[in-house]
This record gives sequence, structure tokens and C-alpha cells, in this order.
Amino acid sequence: MAKTDSLQGSLDLLVLKILSRRPRLHGYAIMAAIASTSEEVLRAEEGSLYPALYRMEEAGWIRAEWIKKDTGRRARVYELTDAGKKQLGAEESRWQLVSMAINRVLREA
Amino acid sequence: MSLWSRISNALRGGRLNREIDEEFEAHIEEAIASGRDPGEARRTFGSILRQREAARNIRVAGWLESILADVRFGWRQLCRSKVTSAAAVLSLALGIGSCVAAFRLIDALLWRPLPIAHSSDLYVLSRKMTGFDGKPAEHDAWATPDFNLMRDAVRNADKDQADLIAISYADRTDITWTTDDDTEKAHVVYASGNMFPLFGLEPTLGRLLAPADDRGSGMDPYAVLSWDYWNQRFGRDPHVLGRSLHIGDQSFQIIGVGPREFTGIEKGTVTDIFLPLRMSSFATQESVTWHRTFLMLKPDVNRAAALEPLRQHLSEVSRAFETERSKRLHGMSRASIDRYLNQTLVFYPAGAGISDLQKDYRRSLGILGLLAALVLLIACVNVANMMTAQAAARAQEMALRISIGAGRHRLVRLILCQSALLAFMASVLGSLFAAWSAPFVLSLINPPDNPARLALVADWRVLLFGFGLILLVVLLLGLLPALRASAVRPVSALKGGEDPHSPRRLMRGAIALQVAFCCLVLFLSSLFVASFQRLQNRPLGFSTDRILLLETVAGKGQLPVVWNQTADALRAAPGVDSVAISSWALLKGIAINSSISIHGAPPVTAFFLNISPGWFSTMKIPIVAGRDFRPEDASPGAAIVNETFVKTFFPGQDAIGRSFERGVDPRLYQIVAVTPDVPYRDLREPGRAIFYVPFDETDEKSVPRSAGFATFVIHTDAQNPLALAGSLRQLIAQRHNGLRVSNITTQDDLVRDQTIRERLIAMLAAFFAAVALLLAGIGLYAVLNYSVLQRRREIGIRMAVGSTRAGIVRIVTVDAFAMIALGFGAGVALGFGAARSVGSLFYQVKATDADMIALPACAILLTAVVATLPAVLRALRTDPTEILRAE
Repeated sequence: MAKTDSLQGSLDLLVLKILSRRPRLHGYAIMAAIASTSEEVLRAEEGSLYPALYRMEEAGWIRAEWIKKDTGRRARVYELTDAGKKQLGAEESRWQLVSMAINRVLREA
Repeated sequence: MSLWSRISNALRGGRLNREIDEEFEAHIEEAIASGRDPGEARRTFGSILRQREAARNIRVAGWLESILADVRFGWRQLCRSKVTSAAAVLSLALGIGSCVAAFRLIDALLWRPLPIAHSSDLYVLSRKMTGFDGKPAEHDAWATPDFNLMRDAVRNADKDQADLIAISYADRTDITWTTDDDTEKAHVVYASGNMFPLFGLEPTLGRLLAPADDRGSGMDPYAVLSWDYWNQRFGRDPHVLGRSLHIGDQSFQIIGVGPREFTGIEKGTVTDIFLPLRMSSFATQESVTWHRTFLMLKPDVNRAAALEPLRQHLSEVSRAFETERSKRLHGMSRASIDRYLNQTLVFYPAGAGISDLQKDYRRSLGILGLLAALVLLIACVNVANMMTAQAAARAQEMALRISIGAGRHRLVRLILCQSALLAFMASVLGSLFAAWSAPFVLSLINPPDNPARLALVADWRVLLFGFGLILLVVLLLGLLPALRASAVRPVSALKGGEDPHSPRRLMRGAIALQVAFCCLVLFLSSLFVASFQRLQNRPLGFSTDRILLLETVAGKGQLPVVWNQTADALRAAPGVDSVAISSWALLKGIAINSSISIHGAPPVTAFFLNISPGWFSTMKIPIVAGRDFRPEDASPGAAIVNETFVKTFFPGQDAIGRSFERGVDPRLYQIVAVTPDVPYRDLREPGRAIFYVPFDETDEKSVPRSAGFATFVIHTDAQNPLALAGSLRQLIAQRHNGLRVSNITTQDDLVRDQTIRERLIAMLAAFFAAVALLLAGIGLYAVLNYSVLQRRREIGIRMAVGSTRAGIVRIVTVDAFAMIALGFGAGVALGFGAARSVGSLFYQVKATDADMIALPACAILLTAVVATLPAVLRALRTDPTEILRAE
């Protein structure tokens, strides 16, 4: 649970970044990608991943599509929209700003 | 897009749930496939249901979803009592439909601006004066020389202020497209050349009339067709340009077709052909007032500041013209000339057009609108009653909802949703009804040769009105029950109610309201129906039976002998009983007066009609004293006068043998007979002094004078006089003597024309009265029935302790009848007020006539008795033992 908290406020950024690198991922793949690229440090919980995905979908940053998997089941895959790309840029620069600020505070102390 | 997807998700809630579940399942499957423990993979989601709800809330417009739920619930409520709901929807639909139809008619005729540029800057010039009969009169007809002076005055002095436009009355004229005798009718308007440019109109084809087309009489024989005429008569043939049309001996070349929307400035008449003002032979005559004059303010002129100086200036110019003209008038006393010159010029806004139809139907349509609105109100009260009763029955349910945490606004919304649902269904039906009924009512305004034509467009104005109306209905229906329901106090309601009488009190007030509205409708309707009946049954004094009227014209005029020979030929035709000639038919709407002088006394005016011998017997008008005209009588010479003429000019004397002069002609008319009064121009007029002179007229040198028009009055053997019309018209045409039948009608039709407006109002008023009575009856029944059901326990106890049947009947009905009496009094009081404002529409009927009040009173009483009977019977059948056992 503590790990999830560390994602607070940056889950959107992570999801958008992952999707910008590898379009058309389903929910589990996004979760797995966050875990593997962060070398298991960061972990998105299902309980917050899906609401975040739906929220971003309603905001028009990502769009979803049903595809047929080899197993015969359908999966819902997501990809970035143009608005999402813009949003990613904004979130990234905001993150830079925040993390630099935090680093400065840590150095002062 | 986001809002849209959330709305569309709300509309497909079930499918959304399945999709969310499917996505979660796919996720779990992935997790298991990548080696996680199935149980753990499932547990990470926690409660699937909670996750789904959280996901849903993001993807769905919550407010919409709950409204949908309310609508669904409301629909189930309505379905629970199908008959009541259907009755509610139908009665509301009738009310809404009638209101919208009335609005469409009123808006189209009276309010909708003309499709021209700056319509709000357009004014019509009119003048108030004292008529020759000493009564105040108002005319908007002007002589062209007068118009020219005024136009030049405005042009010279008030150049930047305004322009004057002359537009003649739309006249149904005989026109010919080819050179043969194949004539047809078209509405022709003469207009000054600045009309089209000032109205900002663009041609569909060719060009429109321009100021340059006003050069002079006969100089610009051009014609512009209206789009409507071009469409109907020529099927939008572009080759119509350059063709010629003939009116009398004039030819006009088609130079263009007007814009599609513009049908002239007379609402109710569609103009077919526009001609230059100066092409009319009237345009040079100073005594013929034949066109309207309009003032168009320049776009950025301050209206308030500009109008009064303009009015004064124009008034001076016109007065100077009339003063100059009066010097050339003969046969009028100085006093009556002075009285005539004392005119006041006034401006009226004309942006919504101007026409006789507007004048004639303004008040009638207002009344119809009022009746429709009252019917809608009655229907609303009915349905509100129904909903109050239902809400009272649901008080416990409401209390329960509040107890488990429903907000009060949610309850209000629940009931408003139900009333909106009713109003919506009613408005769909109602708009269908309005779409049918507005053109239907318009089609009833149909004098045979000039049916009213009006563009009844359904545009944003109508939509806006309809939307406002629905909103009003929803609030009227739902607000009171909704507020009542939301004010429920759960504790007392669940315990069994604190005041079971309060909804009944509300419903009783509704009865009084309903009866008042219903009474108002009935009262006005009975006045209109009685007016119509009295007008229709008015003794005419002549017979209309089997009288065919051939209105005939003779281009440049024909001598009386030609007319008489034609009458002889008609007489010889099979199926013809008798034939006479008059200048025009009685009740044709024509009245022409002439100044007469009795023994050198100052001239007075009286109305006249030229007739041939045998006209009185053909029309079945008795001759009270004296003899009919003889073939050798001519005008001047002999005259026949009516009884009012005798009473006015020879009171108490024997008029036969007396004589009078007419105009400046020194030759005398000698009275040879007296006849009873008959209506002359219209049915409503009081008796006028009328003299008849022979159709054969001679001039000062006793040479016969030719006549340009007259009507053959033909009494036929057959029941339907029109059956002979074709052959008789043919017979006249075959004589090739210059006479041509221009219009065919019957005396019956002319009388019917006179009562079209009264018939229309009476018919619609009777319809609304019947609907109002029915709705009020249903309302009364429902309320009483509900109240008896509610008081079953009380009635049972009363019976058990020995109340008589009469006593039971009394407690059930006394309140209702008190409310009915109250409502009736209020309704009659309102009726008196309303009747006073439309008194001019009544004929020989006064609001204070006893039978005018008695009729609605009886109708309401009867309805009340019928409506209360089932409730009373139900009360009497109450079985006390059963009630007491059930308690």
C-alpha cells in the first residue's frame, strides 16, 4: 500500500509516458510496464489504475479500443491522443519543476 | 466529446457495466497467465462491485442517469393507471394544441413582421375625420395627387428622415394572358417605384419595379409577378419574362419575379401582380382615394423625435390639398365641407402588414386564444388534481424515501419528471393537432372569391412559444404536488398522516377555479353562438332562394339597350324563371351615396341602387305602395324609396308623387313607390335611407348613358342556381356584344359571406365550450370520487350511528356545490368584463341578457349533477359493517 501512495499525483504521468513509448497496451500491460521499467520500485494498483484510465479517457487524453486476443477473449487497449501528447508534455515539465524543487529543499536541509 | 460519451454511457448503462466487467476479467486472466496466483490476482481488485461503481461514476453523467431513473419511475407510475393517464394526456394535448394553433394564427396574422428590411420603421398614414353622416370615421385611402404632394414635401424638406410609399389595395382583377376572351382573376397591386428598393427586396428573376418606372401615365407598362403567382400559374417557367398580360385595354410586359417570401403587405391576401402606380387611370384623379400611403423612416433616424414633426408637416400638405380640392366640389353644404376638412393625420406601425383581415379578426382571434388558454388551464387543473391525489396516496412512499436519505429536491424532481413526461407526450399529440387545426381554421375564412391566404410557418417563434407553454404546463401540473410531497414529514406520514383533509382542501379550491374558467368559456360561447344565430336568422326582407348572380362587365361600357336585350335573351333560356338587372347585388358589400335635395333644401346624402323593372319581384321584395318601374322609366325621372327614406325625409307624409333633385342635375326624380327596408351593404347595418332609380340612365341631353358593369339577377327553376351558371355565361359570351361575365355567385353565398366571421367564432366557441364542460365534469367526478374513497371510514361511522341517506348525500356534495357556486359567480363576473371588451363582435346580444347567463348556469348544473352522481351512489352503497370490520 505504501508503494501506491508514492505514485500519488504521478500515475497519470507514468501511464501517459508508457503509452507514448508503446501504444496500444491493455490495463495489465500498462501495470506490468510501470513495474518492470521502474525495476519493481513503482507499482500501480488495479484500484487506482482503472479509474485513472477512465478519467483520462473522458478527458480525451487517451482513447480505448476493443481488440481480439489470441485466446479469443477481448481486451481493451489504450493509446495516446493528440491532446494526450500535449498533456504528457505539460505533466513532464511540471514533474521536472516539482522534483527539482523537492531536491532543492532536500539539499537545504 | 467527453460530455457526449458520458451522456451516451448513461443511456446504455447495462452495456457499460458488462464492458467494465469484461475488462477486469481480461486483466485478471492476464495476471494469471503471467504467473500470479489466481486467488491473489482476483483479490487485488478488492470488491469488483465497488470498483465497478467507482469506474462507472467516472464514465457516466450521474445527473442524467438519475433523471433517467426518475423518468423510468414516472413512466411506471403513469402506466399504473393507464386510463387516467391517457385522459390526462389527451386533455392536455387538446389544450396545448389549441393554444399553439391559436398562437400560430394570431402570430401569422397580427404579429409576425413582414419579410422586408427595417419592417419596424414602416408606418401607414391614416386620417381621422367626421364622416358625412356625422359619425367619427377613419380612412387610410389616399388620392395619388395628394400622395404626390406629400411625397415631394418629404423629399424636399425632410430628405434624411423618411420616404413615402404608395401601395394600392390588393384588388381581384380580370386579367388576360392571351388576346382571346380567356380571362382569369388575379390580385393586382399598384405600387410606387420606390417600394421594392425601400423594402430591400431582390428579384428572383429579371428586375423589380424601380423609381424610374414612375414616370407617368402609360409610360411604363411593366409588371412584376410575385414568386407565389409565378410558381402556381407558370410552374416557375423562366421564359415568363417578356410575356404580356392585359387588363382592360392596357398591356403590361413582365419584367421580373419578386422574392419568394414577399406576398405583398396585406396579410391574408397574396398579391399576384405588381404594377407601377402611375399606370392606373386613378393616379391622376384628385377625388379618387384608392391606395394606402406608407412612411418608411430612414434606418438611423430617432423614431420618437422624427415622427411628430413629420406628421404635422404631412398634415399641413394634405390639408392644403383638400382645401384646394373642396373649392371644386359641388352639391355640398359649406358646413359639411368644413366638417370634412377637419381631419387629423395619424401614423400607425405597419411592420406586421396591414389588411382588412387583421381589422376584422383581431378581436375574434384574441377571443379564440383566450378560450384555448382557458381550456388548457382547465385541463391543467384536472391533471394537477390527479397528481395531487396520487401524491397523497404516495405520502407514505415519499416519507420512506426521505427517511432513507433521499434529498427533498430529488423528490421534487421525481414528480416534476412525471409531469414533464405527461406534458411531453401531450405536446407531441398537441403539435399534431395544431399542425392540422391552424390551417383548418384559416380555411374556414373563405369568402368564395377571396379566401384568406396566410403563410403559417412553423419556425423558431412557434417553437419558442410551444416550449414556453410546455414549461408552464409542467410547472402548473407538478410544482404544487411536488412541493406538497417534499414537505412530507416522515414521522407523522409513516404514523398514518396528520391532516388527511389537506389534499382535499386543495382539490376543492381547484374545483372552484375550474368551474370559474369553464363558466367564462360557456358564457362567452353562448354570447357568440346567440349572436350568430340572431344574425343568421335575421329577417332579410328579400328571398335568396334560387337567385343566381352574374356579375358582368362591358369593357368601355354598353348602352342600356344592350344590357336589356341580353336580359331578354337570358329570360328565354330554359330553366330561367325571371331576370332583372341591378348595378350590383344586395349585400355585395358595395354602398354608394349621392347627395340629394328635397325642394331646394340643403343637400343631404342617401344611398342608391340602379335596378331594372321586375327587380323587386325577382328578389321577392313587396311594394308597399305605388308601382314598379316600367320599361319606359329612366333615371333621372322615376324613383322608388324605402320606408326609412320616407321616415327621414317625408315624416308622416305620403311620399308617393313627391320629388327630389340629385347632385347638380336640375331634373327631378318623382317617387313612384315605397318598399320595406332590406339590408343594403351588410347584415349588421341599421336601416339606411335608400332610393332606387331605373337602370336606364340618360345624360343632360336625354341621351342614354352607357354602363360599364351590372349584375344579372336570375331566379332559376332548379334548386341549385349554379347549375345554370355555365350555360348562361356561354349564352352571354356568344352574343359578342361586349358584355362578359366576370364573376358568378349566388345571393345565398353573399348572405353566407356576411356571417363567416360569426360562424367561425360561434363554431369554435361551441367546440371549446363542449371541451371545457367535459373536462370540468371529469375533474369534478374525479375529485368527488377521491373524496368519497378517502372518507369511507367517516361515512361508514356516520351510517353506523344512524345518519340518514340525505345526510350522507349532503356531507358528500355540499362542499362541492358551494365551490361550484363560488366558481360560477367568479366566472360570470369575469365574463361580464370580457364581454364588455369585445361587445363590437356581438349582434343584438347583450351580456346582461338573462338567457345568456341561464344557459351556462344550466349546463354547469347539469354537468355537476351528472359528475357527482357516481360518487354519491358510491357513498350510499358504503357498507358500515364492512368498513368497521376492516378497521
